Amino acid sequence: MFRHALTHKIFKTLMTLSLVFSVSLVQATSFEELSQELTIVKLSKAKAVVEQLEQTGHPLLLPLFEHMLAGDLYYRVSDGLLVSHSTVKGKLQIRALSTGELLDVTEADLEKIKVNNSLRIFLRSAIARIQLTSEDATERKAAVEALYKKMDSDTVATIASLRETETNASVRGAMDIVLAMDNAKNGSDVDARIASVTFLADSLEPAIRNLMIELADQVEEPRLAIEARVALNGIEGKIRFFNKVDTIFFGLSLGSVLLLASIGLAITFGVMGVINMAHGEMIMLGAYTTYVVQLLMPNYIDASIWVAIPAAFLVSGLMGVIIERGVIQFLHGRPLETLLATFGISLILQQLVRSVFSPLNRQVDTPSWMSGSIELNPVLFVTLNRFYIFIFALVVFALLVLILNKTSLGLHVRAVSQNRNMAKAMGIKTARVDAMTFGLGSGIAGIAGVALSQLTNVGPNLGQGYIIDSFMVVVFGGVGNLFGTLVAAFTLGIANKVLEPITGAVLASILVLIFIILFIQKRPKGLFPQKGRAAE
Amino acid sequence: MSAISSRFNTQLFKRSGEPGAVVAPFVGLLLVVTLFAGVGNLLIPETSMFYVSTYTITLLGKYLCYAMLALAVDIVWGYCGILSLGHAAFFALGGYGMGIYLMRQIGDRGVYGNPILPDFMVFLNWEKLPWYWLGFDNFGFAMLMAVCVPGLLAFVFGWLAFRSRVTGVYLSIMTQALTYALMLAFFRNEMGFGGNNGLTDFKDILGFNLQSDLTRVTLFSITALMLSLTLILSQAIMKSRFGKVIIAVRDTESRSRFLGYRTERYKVWLFVYSAVIAAIAGALYVPQIGIINPGEFTPINSIEVVIWVAIGGRGTLIGAVLGALLVNYAKTRLTAIFPDAWLFALGALFVIVTLFLPKGLFGFFGSVKNKMMGQPKPNLTEETA
Amino acid sequence: MKITTLMKGAALAVSASIAVTTWAADTIKVGVLHSLSGTMAISETTLKDTVLMMVEEQNKKGGLLGKQLEAVVVDPASNWPLFAEKGRELLTQENVDVIFGSWTSVSRKSVLPVLEELNGLMFYPVQYEGEESSKNIFYTGAAPNQQAIPAVDYLMNDIEVERWVLAGTDYVYPRTTNKILEAYLKSKGVAEEDIMINYTPFGHSDWQSIIADIKKFGSEGKKTAVVSTINGDANVPFYKELGNQGISAEDIPVVAFSVGEEELSGFDTTPLVGHLAAWNYFQSVESSANAEFIAKWKAFAGEERVTNDPMEATYIGFELWVDAVEKAGTTDVDAVSDAIIGLSVPNLTGGTATMGKNHHLTKPVLIGEIQDDGQFEVVWETEGEVAGDAWSDFLPDSAPLIADWTAPIKCGNYNTITKTCSGQNY
Repeated sequence: MFRHALTHKIFKTLMTLSLVFSVSLVQATSFEELSQELTIVKLSKAKAVVEQLEQTGHPLLLPLFEHMLAGDLYYRVSDGLLVSHSTVKGKLQIRALSTGELLDVTEADLEKIKVNNSLRIFLRSAIARIQLTSEDATERKAAVEALYKKMDSDTVATIASLRETETNASVRGAMDIVLAMDNAKNGSDVDARIASVTFLADSLEPAIRNLMIELADQVEEPRLAIEARVALNGIEGKIRFFNKVDTIFFGLSLGSVLLLASIGLAITFGVMGVINMAHGEMIMLGAYTTYVVQLLMPNYIDASIWVAIPAAFLVSGLMGVIIERGVIQFLHGRPLETLLATFGISLILQQLVRSVFSPLNRQVDTPSWMSGSIELNPVLFVTLNRFYIFIFALVVFALLVLILNKTSLGLHVRAVSQNRNMAKAMGIKTARVDAMTFGLGSGIAGIAGVALSQLTNVGPNLGQGYIIDSFMVVVFGGVGNLFGTLVAAFTLGIANKVLEPITGAVLASILVLIFIILFIQKRPKGLFPQKGRAAE
Repeated sequence: MSAISSRFNTQLFKRSGEPGAVVAPFVGLLLVVTLFAGVGNLLIPETSMFYVSTYTITLLGKYLCYAMLALAVDIVWGYCGILSLGHAAFFALGGYGMGIYLMRQIGDRGVYGNPILPDFMVFLNWEKLPWYWLGFDNFGFAMLMAVCVPGLLAFVFGWLAFRSRVTGVYLSIMTQALTYALMLAFFRNEMGFGGNNGLTDFKDILGFNLQSDLTRVTLFSITALMLSLTLILSQAIMKSRFGKVIIAVRDTESRSRFLGYRTERYKVWLFVYSAVIAAIAGALYVPQIGIINPGEFTPINSIEVVIWVAIGGRGTLIGAVLGALLVNYAKTRLTAIFPDAWLFALGALFVIVTLFLPKGLFGFFGSVKNKMMGQPKPNLTEETA
Repeated sequence: MKITTLMKGAALAVSASIAVTTWAADTIKVGVLHSLSGTMAISETTLKDTVLMMVEEQNKKGGLLGKQLEAVVVDPASNWPLFAEKGRELLTQENVDVIFGSWTSVSRKSVLPVLEELNGLMFYPVQYEGEESSKNIFYTGAAPNQQAIPAVDYLMNDIEVERWVLAGTDYVYPRTTNKILEAYLKSKGVAEEDIMINYTPFGHSDWQSIIADIKKFGSEGKKTAVVSTINGDANVPFYKELGNQGISAEDIPVVAFSVGEEELSGFDTTPLVGHLAAWNYFQSVESSANAEFIAKWKAFAGEERVTNDPMEATYIGFELWVDAVEKAGTTDVDAVSDAIIGLSVPNLTGGTATMGKNHHLTKPVLIGEIQDDGQFEVVWETEGEVAGDAWSDFLPDSAPLIADWTAPIKCGNYNTITKTCSGQNY
């Protein structure tokens, strides 16, 4: 580490010396010289070098810029050779940038070419400019769209000339938008400008909206201002609508998280009557299981989730069975005492993960297929992880309903919860059913942990954050009623998200809590009370 | 469900003899210990082996406040079957009442020298004192509020809940939601209670410097006195006709109702009484500890109190007090010695006590004593539903 | 039976206090008041380990004043009142000579009256909101003018940011910092509608709506940046949502004041590359002192551990205390407090840290961009060190106050207009 730094320093000094020498004589202009300069230039001066580089128009510019942007451009300390760094199937590959040949060097021989934000912004638009002439139509379109925000007269001129020869319709459409924006802003003929404004009025691009605001506020061309105002109103109306759609999606997403967190509790609490304060810790165990699974298969993060789901179910389910056999079975019919005992268990479990995994949060990676978002239009995004979790929550719910209604285990569970003695008399092994039910509820909590590990911290306090919300959902929905839990979770999720922009996050959750407290006074058995049970 | 609830009643609330049979000797002992501790701190030189350090005094003061809180929980849980997981809310509200008074006492001695506004309001640009802070510079008014606000909250909550017959688990979870909502609310800085930092850096109470040993010993003694008074009063209440009805409600609420008792009224008043005790404990806690913040509202705190009661033995008054003293003493010692193992021990304690000592330590030793004395074991499962 | 338990309890407590007083004085005791359990354990255990490492190092060098150092660790369990209780325990039962401790402001506020009553000495190693200067506390973390204001300057001048989102957790540090920043931005001509302020509760985990709002706010044509004072646990979901909603550092950079190497070790930073943090230290800074410190730390705590700013602050505090004790020739609190003012020790980034009259340090301010390996790349730094200002100049009531613990003022909140020192009674 130290020696390496030293050689690096010596090399740097030498290079700087030679550079000073060369710069003073001739300005470096060739691609080779300029790209070499990247290895020694200060970060604050690097932009100038990159700008010069773009002027060279060299064919290696694109890979150079792309690697630089991705932050995997390195150079060999011994001779300044530029190399790219990439991970293929979990193995590091280091290739020479110029030839693409695989090099046999280790990371210790390399030094990173540093990039900062202003450089990244420049690189991104430079790449867009290069890709305007790309072979691939989608790349061309993306390049044009990337330039919406950064239009200068040169770019517009380039796009105008490329428009002549462009064959792909959707790329042409994107180019037309650029040209219309330019015309609306800088055109000389008022009617043509108005035509451009009308042409653009359908788009939701933020850049266009900002252009409309600008045009609506100018006073030189009143007719144009009026047209722009009309277009702007239309755009803003659409945006308001899509924002409402967004809020509903956010609510559904929060609801699905609540559903996942509380559905296991709906079984242990709702069906068995056990107040399981360690429920949150079952979720936590599921999340830690995901972490361990990812540790065991570091090169297959994308697939790890599929392993983690059954693993988490088993780990938490097994823990549930142990808790039931070890403690809860002795407390049957004493629900308030299960509360105390399971609270003790939750403390033990928390401290256990703290001792085993340290109190620090653990890193759980998001599989690539769950990262990012689907862009439905420029103002409406659906983030993929939340979308999948929403689907996942519904699937888990459906499976659970199936298990309870269509399997013999489900039949037994319902029988025992309705009349234990009768079930016993009919030959059902109630002890076994209890253990299985508790295991099922806990296992589902574990699965919820897998989903939550994709959204939040994986740490010893993970479960604590969800326990009260989970109880609220179950009680609000009606104890012992799975559909009640479903409805309650989504109602509370959407209510929270509708309130949040008005009141702020904290007040929204307080109001929802107060609402539940008052609601329970009105309907002590929740939204969907269990019918047919003996009243108290 | 009816089978469950009847078994639940019989199992959970076994009677443990007369309410608080040993209250009088305990109160005597408590007062003697208080006297010794006070004298030991104030009059005996530090070098003597009978010297009681100020640290011990503040610690004992804290324990006694917790004991009062446990007593409050025992009154509703042990005697009426209302498992409140939100008593820390009443405790904290009482504490805030005292805290606001103490903040007003600082006057212009805050760092900004503002005679009206507390420091945290000054640097967050509050223009003037919020209306609900007014009047708190008067000790009498402040104490009245410290008791009345939690009492009123308990009344409203209890009136709503008991009238619509929210019971058992539902009630427990609602009380938990109540304290959780209050916690979130007090964390908000806009509430004007100092947000997460709460209220702190108190200077004096009724003109007495809070940092002097004499004030500390006095506060500690008042706490001991208040605890004794509430013990005696609670014992009297539980022995009265009102208490008998309460116990009847606990054992079978519907039967009491059919006999013509408006059970919800009994429950509401008991709940309010209990909340007031918790609030007084909170008000005594704050000047001795020196800070009140929304952390006191956390649901975990309320659950811990229930655990103290369970460990000591519910429905016995003294058991709750002893449970609180014992667990907190153990906590102080053990967190210092094994910070990591402490939570394991606490967790295990909860499990073991609920499994093996359903009547708590007090009930356990009571029955051992009975056995040793050769007395017949009282028939605990006489009730049927 | 119960009676004896209680008596035993009281007796034990009393005897414990006696036992300690009799055999002190052979060692110099260093108290460590950091939470080892509860919510703050995540951050604070690291600092406890740092102090233990420094004590071990010092003992290897032969101790201090010819005596060995002995660390006394207590666990206030993230419970704020317990900080006061444990502080009293350290000072009166364990008779420690110095305390290193606290992370949150509320824990410091809780222990402060005890420190002042018993004349203890504490070093507080975390960046905080300022508005305090106690005779008994030395603040080795950054004051707002050593973190927040330079960061905003950088964004304004180098990134040309015109719109500002001030997002924070709802507690006193973000509240105060944002008040200061708001006043500062307005003084620089930023309009009211170009500042959006948002507060969220502790541990907030559902950031969808807020990030969508930020995105909307940032898409209105002006360059926008988020100044984040979001605390601890809430950061991971915040950044995850940020990455998933496709907000890159190039569009809307986020500069955070509470996110360091330790926090980043909890998640995959690939989507966050380019977002910023302002600190006085980064692990990635190249200096020989830092390389040595990192090597020691890894040897002490484990190869995978990282270093962070509060650790550097703990390191500086410890070194300063050692120097001050050597200079004073005693561990007496008053002597050490007088000796330490004006002392300098090298910091880990190649400069020096000098303890000012206001009990705050001089510190360099570094802005770093998050890298994909969870480290920061320094993109900007102040020329030389900035002196910590206990009382912000941008809050109307705080502007006239100064802290000066040297004669003749000897006051933590001296009002330069009325020439008075309010609320101190020593």
